[in-house]
Amino acid sequence: MAIARLQVPSTVRAGEAVEVRVLVQHPMETGFRREADGRAVPMNVVHSLVCRLGAVEILRAEFGTGVSANPYLAFWIVPPASGELVVEWVDDAGAKGRVAAPIAVS
Amino acid sequence: MRAAALLLAAFAAAAFAQEAKRPSPLKPGPEFQSPDVRALQADDFANPGMLWVARGGELWRAPGANGKRCADCHGVDAVSMKGVSARHPRHDPSLGRLTDLSGRIDACRTRYQGGPALARESPDALALEAFVAHQSRGLPVKVSTEGPARAAFERGRALYFTRVGQLNLACTHCHDERWGRTLLAESISQGHATGWPAYRLEWQSLGSLHRRLRACFFGVRAQQPAAGSEDLLALELYLAGRAGGLAVEVPGVRR
Amino acid sequence: MSRRLFLQVAGGLAAGAALPAAAQANRILPVQDIAPLIEKITGGRPIDKRDVTVELPSLAENGNSVPLRIRVASPMSATDRVTDLHVFAERNPRPLIAAYHFGPAMARAQVDTRIRLAVEQRVFVIASLSGGRFLSGETHVVVTSAACIDEGI
Repeated sequence: MAIARLQVPSTVRAGEAVEVRVLVQHPMETGFRREADGRAVPMNVVHSLVCRLGAVEILRAEFGTGVSANPYLAFWIVPPASGELVVEWVDDAGAKGRVAAPIAVS
Repeated sequence: MRAAALLLAAFAAAAFAQEAKRPSPLKPGPEFQSPDVRALQADDFANPGMLWVARGGELWRAPGANGKRCADCHGVDAVSMKGVSARHPRHDPSLGRLTDLSGRIDACRTRYQGGPALARESPDALALEAFVAHQSRGLPVKVSTEGPARAAFERGRALYFTRVGQLNLACTHCHDERWGRTLLAESISQGHATGWPAYRLEWQSLGSLHRRLRACFFGVRAQQPAAGSEDLLALELYLAGRAGGLAVEVPGVRR
Repeated sequence: MSRRLFLQVAGGLAAGAALPAAAQANRILPVQDIAPLIEKITGGRPIDKRDVTVELPSLAENGNSVPLRIRVASPMSATDRVTDLHVFAERNPRPLIAAYHFGPAMARAQVDTRIRLAVEQRVFVIASLSGGRFLSGETHVVVTSAACIDEGI
């Protein structure tokens, strides 16, 4: 079960720019690391992350092994309408995660 | 007159024995980190340790093996945990020994929640410890080093001043005598444990104080005491006595 | 760039970048040729070296987590906007760090993140603009080695 955090103001004036911040708990395994017994830890990173507001795609990101463990991402949006801001991601093992927060545009 | 002088000397020696040797002025860990690392710790959203605190909050409200939740006894908001981590490690009368916060949480789990104990350094153990310790953030560390805790404190002091490993160094050589100086590109800290469990960039994860202390022993090429051992508990108590008055900062961020 | 293209690009270079363990341990990583990746993004069109700010600490205490802010001077209007960012670190074992694709609700051409840098190197960013133009920017970062080695078993 993935732990993640999403921060965005719950109410926004129409046309106002607001910051969206996302933090996802994930080891972002590079595939280069070994356990103490010498076994290689397979590569497993969150390779795709998408942020949507309703049906509108706001930002789509692809990550490689150069993104730090427990990925952090922040960006600025102008919410076009009220709705649920949803961030979804998937890793190389196929594990999916989701975090959401409502935004009201007044 | 001579008797009075001897008495005075004895008092002075006793007073000295009570106290840890403390750096002056006392400086908490973040003062020895880069601005970026300090900023990351200060940012309650981006501080990755807050992911473990959030998970610990879920565990706090989740039923244990017998259906009982931490929150049933201690309250959903965990306000009752305020100050608890600032008093640990402590001699726990019900256990009859010195215990750190992680050991105390385990005692609760096995006694009241139908067990099982959480393995040290497991994700859930770290999460619960971080969550409980976070409730004390900003409060000054104040542990008891007297009475039943005295022997452990002295054992911790002895460890702190004993040279170990191939590098033949004691804790005191770096953290009392050379704090503020640099080792390669790093600034040597005073060795206060007020930020632990902390998110360490080197580990890319939250980790316990005992893991960090073991890394120190490894650093001087010494045999590493086991996590949770009497040696590390005693050393943790000595460090807490030495850091008395500094504020709890959990979850800390370190390089 | 599509996810498929990202994988081709990242995977292809990673395969070419299979290094002996000793070389990795010594952090002697060769500079990787990112020209083919750039070609895939731009289709060979020219890149203007301007208006892309790559903010990084000049000295990173630990290469596992280096704060990065990318800003592009752009009005972000319907007709004149940044559509994609690609971030490269040529001395990383896999040089393509991340790609970002911006929808119309993005207010600024800006992202903040934290990245891994294997060694001292430059971080290079290409911004794709609406209208098929490209901008780039770069910053050099020193990554220091840890003094307190970790951590045994």
